[in-house]
Amino acid sequence: MEYILLFLGAAVVNNFVLTRFLGLCIFFGVSKNFNASVSMGMAVISVMTMSSMIAWVISNGILVPLQLTFLNTIVFVIVIATFVQLLEMFIKKFVPTLYGVWGIYLLLVATNCIVLAVPLINADKHYDFFTSTVNALGSSSGFALALILMSSLREKLQYAKVPKTLEGLGVSFVLAGLLALSFQGFGGMIPLE
Amino acid sequence: MISLYILFVLVGMGALFGVLIALAHKKMAVETDPRIHEVDDILPKGQCGACGYAGCMAYAEAVVKNPDVAPNLCIPGKEAVALEVARITGKNPAPVELKLATVRCAGTYAKANRVFEYKGIRDCVAANMLQGGSKGCRYGCLGYGTCKEACQFGAMTMTPEGLPRVNPERCTGCGKCAQVCPRSVIQLYDLGIHVRVNCNSRDKGQVSRQNCQVSCIACGICSKQCPHGAIKIDNFLAVVDHAVCREKCSDPVCLAKCPTKAITLAVLGVAPGDEDQLDAASGIAARH
Repeated sequence: MEYILLFLGAAVVNNFVLTRFLGLCIFFGVSKNFNASVSMGMAVISVMTMSSMIAWVISNGILVPLQLTFLNTIVFVIVIATFVQLLEMFIKKFVPTLYGVWGIYLLLVATNCIVLAVPLINADKHYDFFTSTVNALGSSSGFALALILMSSLREKLQYAKVPKTLEGLGVSFVLAGLLALSFQGFGGMIPLE
Repeated sequence: MISLYILFVLVGMGALFGVLIALAHKKMAVETDPRIHEVDDILPKGQCGACGYAGCMAYAEAVVKNPDVAPNLCIPGKEAVALEVARITGKNPAPVELKLATVRCAGTYAKANRVFEYKGIRDCVAANMLQGGSKGCRYGCLGYGTCKEACQFGAMTMTPEGLPRVNPERCTGCGKCAQVCPRSVIQLYDLGIHVRVNCNSRDKGQVSRQNCQVSCIACGICSKQCPHGAIKIDNFLAVVDHAVCREKCSDPVCLAKCPTKAITLAVLGVAPGDEDQLDAASGIAARH
């Protein structure tokens, strides 16, 4: 029960994009078309979950015993960047079909703030390994959900008559604001610990 | 002591990951088709996107990998590149449709009215937002050179009379200028068109004439005089059916009959508003 609550809390109630306003660059960059957003969502879920596991091991295996937790940010950046590089090479070589679907989005994920935010939150809250993984899974699913919702809306938006000055990114921000407003409705249902 | 730890952890981690990536790079290298790089090398690298792909590399990849992608999509590369791409990919060479950006306005400072003095940003889009620009004509070229800035091939210059001129040697027909023009004054026409209408005004004749001396006033004389029926008036503007015009007409009567001289011969490199050159062009028409 505790894990289900954590998952839902991270995915819906404290959605990364729509309530914490992180990862906006990908959120606007890749949400123009539905298929791309699904691929991106898959890439984010896999990268975030796996990188937070690795980050947990390194954080609790090396940084905590040596009392170097203030190095968290810098170490996680290195870890995630390396991991994404390796993952990209790995699937390019062994699973080319998968690479065709979301390979190109992997490197975009590597430098993204939400991928870095999850291990930092995990370390901050001293979550154990399993809790961290569930948290990462929930957060990334929430991101994918927001991305897919947004791309569906933006595809509809192409048929709308938008004032010239708001065309493109402008009206997308308005739309994201409305979406965030509706997600605020979940606010406080499952509070952050 | 703690600084030693920091040094150790960071340097160790950096070195470890570096070695890991280097090893992985060796072990998991994927061979890409060398033809992709060959094609990429001969493309013009304007990254203009006229082919419909995200950039030159994306097109190179698509044309090599996908047998349905035609080798003649690179418009800036023209014939030579299309032939090369066809040779490298082993596809049937097809001719490139050459296009040329054409400015459909002859309203120079002398010929077209200005209703106020614009002192804002020297940019057509900005000028257009302010009361629709300072020109009396709501359809004509504003003359602040936004198209010139957009051209990646240096094919456009602004004449002192305030109109852009297209250098046909440099224009690749990519259409960037046509996209940025807030009034769609620029259009892409086939390279070999016969006559062109140097006006974009959809105003009624009386209004057009008040605003500009060389506008199309939609009088319909050209339409009635053309023996091949290649010109019709659409929304107060003469529109030429270039296919019919080029194929059937050897003696364009429309040029002489147009009361405002809004229709001229389409002579390469002559900007509308260049009086001397237009006269020379009419001379050619007379000899025709």
